[in-house]
Amino acid sequence: MSLVDIRNLDVSYGRQPAVVGLDLTVGQGEVVAVVGESGSGKTTTANALIGLLPTNGRITAGSAVVDGVETAGARERTLRALRGRVVGLIPQDPMVGLNPTKRIGAQVAEAVRLRGAPSSETLTFLEQAGVPDPEMRSRQYPHELSGGLRQRVLIAIALAGKPKLIIADEPTSALDVTVQKRILDHLEGLVREQGISLLIITHDLAVATDRADRVVVMRHGRKVEEGTPESLLVTPGSPYTRRLIAAAAPPTDFLSFLPTIHPQPPRDGADTTPPASDKTEYPQAVGSAAPGEISDSEKPILVLAGVSKTFAIRDPRRGHRGFNALDNVDVEVPRGGTHALVGESGCGKTTTLRIALGLETATNGSIELAGTEIRGLSWNRMRPLRRKAQLVHQDPFATLDPKFTVRQSITEPLVSFRVGDRRTRETRARELLDQVALPHAYLDRRPRELSGGQRQRVAIARALALEPDLIMLDEPVSALDVLVQEQILTLLADLQARLGLSYLFVSHDLSVVARIAHTVSVMSAGRVVEQGPVAEVFGNPRSDYTRELIEAIPGRRIHAA
Amino acid sequence: MARYVLGRIGQAVLVLWAAYTLTFAILYLLPSDPMELQLAAAGVQPDSLSAEQVAAIKHQFGLDQPIWLQYWHHLAGLLRGDFGTSLTQQVPVSQLLADRIGPTLLLSVSAATVALVLGSALAYLATFTRLTFLTRLPALGASFPQFFVALFLIQFFSFQLGWFPATGGLVMPVITIAVLASSVLAQVLIRSFEETLSQPYVTTARAKGLSRSAVHLRHAFRNAALPAMTILGVIVGLTVTSSIVVETVFTREGIGKLAQEAVLSQDVPVVLAVVTVAAAVFVLVNLVVDLLYPLLDPRISHTRPAAASVASVEGVAL
Repeated sequence: MSLVDIRNLDVSYGRQPAVVGLDLTVGQGEVVAVVGESGSGKTTTANALIGLLPTNGRITAGSAVVDGVETAGARERTLRALRGRVVGLIPQDPMVGLNPTKRIGAQVAEAVRLRGAPSSETLTFLEQAGVPDPEMRSRQYPHELSGGLRQRVLIAIALAGKPKLIIADEPTSALDVTVQKRILDHLEGLVREQGISLLIITHDLAVATDRADRVVVMRHGRKVEEGTPESLLVTPGSPYTRRLIAAAAPPTDFLSFLPTIHPQPPRDGADTTPPASDKTEYPQAVGSAAPGEISDSEKPILVLAGVSKTFAIRDPRRGHRGFNALDNVDVEVPRGGTHALVGESGCGKTTTLRIALGLETATNGSIELAGTEIRGLSWNRMRPLRRKAQLVHQDPFATLDPKFTVRQSITEPLVSFRVGDRRTRETRARELLDQVALPHAYLDRRPRELSGGQRQRVAIARALALEPDLIMLDEPVSALDVLVQEQILTLLADLQARLGLSYLFVSHDLSVVARIAHTVSVMSAGRVVEQGPVAEVFGNPRSDYTRELIEAIPGRRIHAA
Repeated sequence: MARYVLGRIGQAVLVLWAAYTLTFAILYLLPSDPMELQLAAAGVQPDSLSAEQVAAIKHQFGLDQPIWLQYWHHLAGLLRGDFGTSLTQQVPVSQLLADRIGPTLLLSVSAATVALVLGSALAYLATFTRLTFLTRLPALGASFPQFFVALFLIQFFSFQLGWFPATGGLVMPVITIAVLASSVLAQVLIRSFEETLSQPYVTTARAKGLSRSAVHLRHAFRNAALPAMTILGVIVGLTVTSSIVVETVFTREGIGKLAQEAVLSQDVPVVLAVVTVAAAVFVLVNLVVDLLYPLLDPRISHTRPAAASVASVEGVAL
């Protein structure tokens, strides 16, 4: 008998259905992944299993049996007996998943004691989850731990109840790609070794097919498709799955599409030649929409030469000292082209971007924007130059003023630089909405009435308002669903081709970079470890670090299929 | 740590000085003649005095000096603990304060304690039971004017039931103040609880298999109480300012009643002294809260180990 047996399950929030007629099973020791974009009902399904739906959420029909216990309509007491001891949960975001005012040892010990075991077992579970020096760590508070370590503590908590099933809700989305890989490898090893079943909830088809024995694709609360990773990838039954596969294809597959200054076939040939059918079947792939050749002759729009940045740190024990956020960084953004900065959190890519925007002062080096040295410019002298370079921020939910209408948001730069009058601004606003493919009727909407992708379009329209030469994009798609990412990247490539824009593109996601960028700098610990055309750097990485980053990208099976 | 403490103390002194100076400025800009008031209190008609006599008296009290010199003398006196002399009662203000501070201190401390216990309990129960009636109760409590509550209590408990004396007792004045103060506290705490209960770590705690009451007590309470701590200063301040109305209604001879009398008779040194003392209490409570906060919240530490500060700089750099 299956450990989890969901039949014909309906879950609603108020009157809004979230899951409709779902059938899903998880066998003993099986690894099952549920894939879908936000709003597909995947997290709702997981929450329903352990009775942790938000207060307005209810199971309205069907049944969900876990380890022989019916959870639909079950009493709190019944559900509580399941939580922890039968089903362990690894929640979505490790940064906020732990109580900030409790030592981590105590948080793991709670789960141990609920099982009636002595708290001394705590250290065993921390060690199992791969937390180094568990004795010391157990006395620390969550804020003293990195994201990866916090994720491991959450895994330890899930393990501490000795469950039969672990639900991992988006176990990868908040972490760096190399950390993700190490942690998922570790978790997969643990569950396989101990015979625990694993239910992975993810938006990332690549992660799902890499890790699971069986993959379930969900959309709008319904199951679209189900099968082994191999069968799903080779013979996808639905067009939706096919689109997901196209969007999740690893960057090496895209190398041949890439518009590069020095087009050069990557050397590990067999791995990087995409099936010919891909090109014709998915013309929406961004690579094909990207602009043509960039001329080498023109001067770069942005040149950072020998830029260093030292932050002062006050250390009570050793007095003042510096932290080198950037060390002798050279970066060039070609006119009409896209230069990407990639690396893990803390590598200095955002600091580089802030220095290029004049928001942070470099300790050393020179920053030339459109032929003008901006280092050391006063605010007033810098201000006219700000028209030339605009920013699109990572989080489309936080970047727009919630009280502003779309019209106010995108005309604000015009107002602040006193461009035009009321009437011409209105015309410009409509023009900008056309450029980002939003209907004019959206001018009067406010951010909360827009989806994530639409908000990011508004943010792009706002960046375009002053007709800049350069747009700095700080992780512009990392908060969006895969298919929406695809649309925004296409829009960006399209705008670049039509308006001759240059982009400085910051991202931790190599597959996104491979789609949009011409040249790339791989950064680590404040230095550029490798630089050059994307095809060269990703196709034939020279540094170990770049190689590690590329190998950590999920999607081995998609790649193989 | 020492730097943090000194900084906070410095800020507190600055706020106190600003409160004093502002009050001084307002009171001395008022169109009243302190000398006239003083003469009236002594039963002398100002008209009956010659110009020389007026000048002599003004000189005696330093009223012929320019305003900034008066301010300076007053401030210097304050630092020595000398608040000057009451214009209407002809006794040192410090003696008036010493006579009257006891009842007010008792009232404020009792009211603040009752408000703290009542407000926390209400917020805890309201968020745990999720009864909308309870969550709305504080808004009701905060909307009754204090004189109304006081008169209601007198009418009901003194005149009808005869349980407490209408004047001089402690219970009814404390209840009057605690109704408002606990409502304000409960409103902030309920908000904070609701915010905390929607945090992902609460889900983590519940997914472990902890009961709702364990989650509420062990995970939610501390995290919800921390941000609410910042209004403790406001709560204590509220009990002090409330004493003006409450002591008047219940005829308690405290600082509040003194303030009310002093304002009516335009006794400037007394008003200035009461405002300064009240400001000092307010500043002191806030100072204590600020100094306690790092001890209660592990995230705020002023003696960071090196590793943690590097991490925080990286956080800024991201």
